[in-house]
Amino acid sequence: MRAGEFVAVTGPSGSGKTTFLNIAGLLEEFTGGEYWLDGVDVRGLDDNARSKLRNEKIGFIFQSFNLIPDLNLFDNVDVPLRYRGFPAAERKRRIEEALSRVGLASRIKHYPSELSGGQQQRVAIARALAGSPRLLMADEPTGNLDSLMARGVMELLEEINRQGTTIVMVTHDPELAARAQRNVHVMDGQVTDLGDEVSLRRQKAATQPDHAAAV
Amino acid sequence: MFSYYLQLGLRSLRRNPILTALMVLGIALGIGASMTTLTVFYLMGSDPIPWKSSKLHYVQLDNWSPDEGAGSDDRPPDQVTYRDAVALMTAAKADRQAAMYKISLPVQPENPDVKPFIALGRATYADFFGLFEPPFAYGQPWGRDQDAQHARVIVLSHDTNETLFGGVDSVGKTVRMDGVDYTVVGVLAKWELRVKYYDLTNGAFNNPEEFFMPFTTAIETKRRSTGNNSCWRSPGAGWEAYLDSDCVWIQMWVELDSPARVEEYMAYLNSYVEEQKKLGRFPRPLNNRLPDVKQWMADQEVVSRDVEVQVGLAFAFLVVCLINTIGLLLAKFTRRAGEIGLRRALGASRRQVFMQFLIESGVVGLSGGLIGLVLTGLGLVAVRSLYRQYANVTHLDWAMVMTTIALAILAAILAGLYPTWRACRVQPAAQLKM
Repeated sequence: MRAGEFVAVTGPSGSGKTTFLNIAGLLEEFTGGEYWLDGVDVRGLDDNARSKLRNEKIGFIFQSFNLIPDLNLFDNVDVPLRYRGFPAAERKRRIEEALSRVGLASRIKHYPSELSGGQQQRVAIARALAGSPRLLMADEPTGNLDSLMARGVMELLEEINRQGTTIVMVTHDPELAARAQRNVHVMDGQVTDLGDEVSLRRQKAATQPDHAAAV
Repeated sequence: MFSYYLQLGLRSLRRNPILTALMVLGIALGIGASMTTLTVFYLMGSDPIPWKSSKLHYVQLDNWSPDEGAGSDDRPPDQVTYRDAVALMTAAKADRQAAMYKISLPVQPENPDVKPFIALGRATYADFFGLFEPPFAYGQPWGRDQDAQHARVIVLSHDTNETLFGGVDSVGKTVRMDGVDYTVVGVLAKWELRVKYYDLTNGAFNNPEEFFMPFTTAIETKRRSTGNNSCWRSPGAGWEAYLDSDCVWIQMWVELDSPARVEEYMAYLNSYVEEQKKLGRFPRPLNNRLPDVKQWMADQEVVSRDVEVQVGLAFAFLVVCLINTIGLLLAKFTRRAGEIGLRRALGASRRQVFMQFLIESGVVGLSGGLIGLVLTGLGLVAVRSLYRQYANVTHLDWAMVMTTIALAILAAILAGLYPTWRACRVQPAAQLKM
């Protein structure tokens, strides 16, 4: 994958999409092939180094938002920044900036339960963005939202992508997939269908096909 | 990060108040029980005079029956005879020495408002005050010359001076006891001993005496000991026969400033007993002893087996409480697998998750420790009201307060280790439904 791309990953249940996301998100180790993330070979890194890399380079957006219910928006967005070790003033600046970017600056002291699903997903996006990641991994980001909210979230992701962040989005929805620049279809653990065939063949020649991604 | 983890820990404990209360209460009960018994144990066994306990030696001579020993394990008698006490005092081979025994005398106050009363006292030598260093409020001890003169002098305790003279400086005034006038030479300030180590034969947890008078004076006025008296053969009739007998009723202490001096003094005791053997006394093999304060307290079992067993039981109870806490923490942490997975995804390393949850366990321990401290206080009040003689060994000092808190935190962290280890093994991917 190239920097700045918006890639949709599709495929039936059990095809290996999840495994791909877990590996790409540094949440699981892999047994074959290689994976370079923003110029770093992640093979063989220990838990500390992988966690640090995950914290600095990757933002996650989940289908079920995964906000911590007893933290308000400020503290939820604060979580990855704490692990980064930013000083308090820097964290505050980033949290406010990220929340205003998703249009929730006025709700900073609210709790997740006080928000609609779409708003919660926006908070999750703000949390993913606050650390200025290179790569945003989105797992069915609109799966729990009605179509109106889903459209809002998609527009936000597209805007984030336009500003330079690489996005990988897993989705079942062919309509959403079609909005990405490139589609990767996974079937039985193999990449079988490519939206942008030429570039991916080139990619395939350069790297192992199994679970490999490079940014 | 510590303060962040602390903040998260407190927040998490607030989230399940009932579960938290159960854990905290479990630890508090275990800590309360173990610290109550441990405090009694520690204060009973603690060195009552740490700056010189190794220099103070109790004299034991084996003048007992040829047929059987005085104590178990071939121990010599725990007191000495009048003959031997006087001989050792006269020889004066130690740096300081004091024979002593317990007496009681009726006090006849001059002040008509104060009714006559029986006072418990100690007949001893001038060196007593240099040996055991009781604090003086007024005046000073009598001198060795007054021992020799059988002077009618007296040192009053703080409370006796309070009763007889309203607490003012009474040095130079007289106190009439059983028809004899004694001149006050000194008044002690409050002298609180956890263990009355200078006389363990008459109750280790009794309070110090109400008055002190010269041993020689008490003998001259024929004051019998009101403490323990043991004889292995009949002393015969009359006061002189009693003084000459093999009955033991006197405690004898010496101060010896170095191990070399202890050896010298031991050699002296042995040669003294050898001499006495020639006179037909001391039928048993040579068996003299010079235990120091701590050894003497151990020999006399100041900390009884009962107290040791209680401490053991209380700590077993603490272990049960901790196993309960392990279960509760396990339940609590397992329920938070989702949060752990999320934090891992957002960049927390296993080590950071481990620290977060360990600190949360520590917060449980700290809370349990604070409540446990209150329970310990209540426990000690209960012990005090049940066993009045333990009043001096049922107080919390700073060392014990800090120990309580530290033990509680340590216990909770130990209890939290396994649940925390489990928590940080959570597979983030499995929790995030990716």
